Amino acid sequence: MAANTLKHALFCAVVTLVIAYPILGLNLEAEGINVTLAGADTSTVISVIAAAIVVFLFQLFRENILSALKSIPSPLPKTQKEPMAENKRARIESWVLTGIVILALFWPFFVSRGSVDLATLVLIYIMLALGLNVVVGLAGLLDLGYVAFYAVGAYTFALLSQYAGVSFWVALPIGACLAALFGFTLGFPVLRLRGDYLAIVTLGFGEIIRILLNNWTALTGGPNGVGGIPDPTLFGMEFGRRVKEEGNVSFHETFGIAYSGEHKVIFLYLIALVLAVFTALVIRRFMRMPVGRSWEALREDEIAARSLGLSRTAVKLSAFTIGAFFAGFAGTVFASKQGFISPESFVFLESAIILAIVVLGGMGSQIGVVLAAIAVTILPELAREFSEYRMLIFGAAMVLMMIWRPQGLMPVRRIHIPLRKQE
Amino acid sequence: MLVLEDVHTHYGKIEALHGVSVEVNKGEIVSLIGANGAGKTTLLMTVCGNPQASSGRVILEGRDITREPTAKIMRSGIAIVPEGRRIFSGLTVEENLYMGGFFNDKADNRKTLDYVYELFPRLKERELQRAGTMSGGEQQMLAIGRALMSKPRMIILDEPSLGLAPIIIQQIFEIIGQLRDQGITVFLVEQNAHQALNLADRGYVLETGRIRLQDTGKNLLANPDVQNAYLGG
Repeated sequence: MAANTLKHALFCAVVTLVIAYPILGLNLEAEGINVTLAGADTSTVISVIAAAIVVFLFQLFRENILSALKSIPSPLPKTQKEPMAENKRARIESWVLTGIVILALFWPFFVSRGSVDLATLVLIYIMLALGLNVVVGLAGLLDLGYVAFYAVGAYTFALLSQYAGVSFWVALPIGACLAALFGFTLGFPVLRLRGDYLAIVTLGFGEIIRILLNNWTALTGGPNGVGGIPDPTLFGMEFGRRVKEEGNVSFHETFGIAYSGEHKVIFLYLIALVLAVFTALVIRRFMRMPVGRSWEALREDEIAARSLGLSRTAVKLSAFTIGAFFAGFAGTVFASKQGFISPESFVFLESAIILAIVVLGGMGSQIGVVLAAIAVTILPELAREFSEYRMLIFGAAMVLMMIWRPQGLMPVRRIHIPLRKQE
Repeated sequence: MLVLEDVHTHYGKIEALHGVSVEVNKGEIVSLIGANGAGKTTLLMTVCGNPQASSGRVILEGRDITREPTAKIMRSGIAIVPEGRRIFSGLTVEENLYMGGFFNDKADNRKTLDYVYELFPRLKERELQRAGTMSGGEQQMLAIGRALMSKPRMIILDEPSLGLAPIIIQQIFEIIGQLRDQGITVFLVEQNAHQALNLADRGYVLETGRIRLQDTGKNLLANPDVQNAYLGG
């Protein structure tokens, strides 16, 4: 036993050395036209060795350390207290959420431009994750190509504005509906598929859209992307320094205030906020409607759902279509925020991140998904100082998360709708 | 009520039913017995249109449903309790029942729910419990209750005794008898031949995709061939 532990600890330490030294220690240095490999400096070597020693000691005394950790009392001791009554809890929850939304409305006026910009991105991810939550969390259909619908929404706005001069507000419903149409179309061939097979087909679909955008140079500009996407306007008021389109007026002149680039950023944030809240409320409504129940029934047991007369076609297509619709929404906002889009923004990694948000948040849980979207978007930004190790930290955080809380940040608490009036 | 005329069913190229004719009259309990792989479940699935019969006809209350989609068939006054119960384990008992009455209006559902709770008081006790946490017998009751929620004129049960304790099986069969007394036609598919035939007005014996015998339940029980093959001699 002891020999085994020693062997295991040694092995772990060696693995640490072998992995850490090349990654942290070796550098490529350019000398004229040649590239040479430079070894690590002393401090790096010392820290790598120190790390290996820590790993070795931890593995050696693993049992002791873990049991010592267990004996620390948990900060949340189990009590005999009854959980709060459901209706009371729901009321408190809705008050708190309303409060947060109101705070979020005023928040951008007090913080820096960068934070508002980041918050807009968070809100876009919240919309995406809420939409994917319908497909994956509620209907149980693993969709790895969700980013395709996001791309459809973004490109719809970009191309419509480029070729037809369509404004944000007109493009928003068009982009969402077109994305929904794509979702509907994708739904047909995948009706018979489940689980892994479905995942592969949707993965392929996502790639098809991206490659199409990349190669249809005549229409989409290919890898060069589409630029000059207009900002949204407020009742015909533009947020730029000078009015670009005839007939419009500028925001700062109308209100007689000094021009500031921040106005536009805050306005975009507010649009994203309103749309994200709209998304959450609409999907919440769906969850309480029979269609939401039929999604869950299909996820739980397809054969049983069909034996009750539910049409597999209708249920799956509705989930795909509604999920895609909100991705189109998010895409339009994204295009407007960036002002420039290219196929680069819609790679598989995006799909994976959105899926990770849904899983981290707790499948099917709206609040969980919102929290996870915030965490997943902000975490890499906070870790920016570690620059190249960002994704490493991000990955490690996810692994730890799944070990400690496999059910997600805030697992779904099913909404109970009594059929009969409770006496 | 339900008539199958010379039904052939294929899985790909393999023929699983070689011309089966079965008739279930209004208000009776008809049992279909047979060994593993005889095609009992295939026969039921053919009635539900998944897979559809490759030839022959399935007629429900005078209407040819052979080529109709499953969803439509399952909404025409017929309900099935699938093999292995297949309840929605993550949903509560009440929600499971509600799914059964998906296509009925709310007022109707409330009444039917009371009726189901009366039939299975046990389910009333467990109303807000997640269905997956119940015992096998309770889950079977839930599966039957869920099927009844659509207010069917005919109910099909696929091996309701599967994996249950003898005393629970007894209860389930008593309930099935009650359903008939209330005017619901019952088509019962069972491996538990003794009890199934005892309860049935008429019975069919299915063997490798063909109907071998058909008679009243009592006569089949007394039949030496049936006794040898299905009742342990």
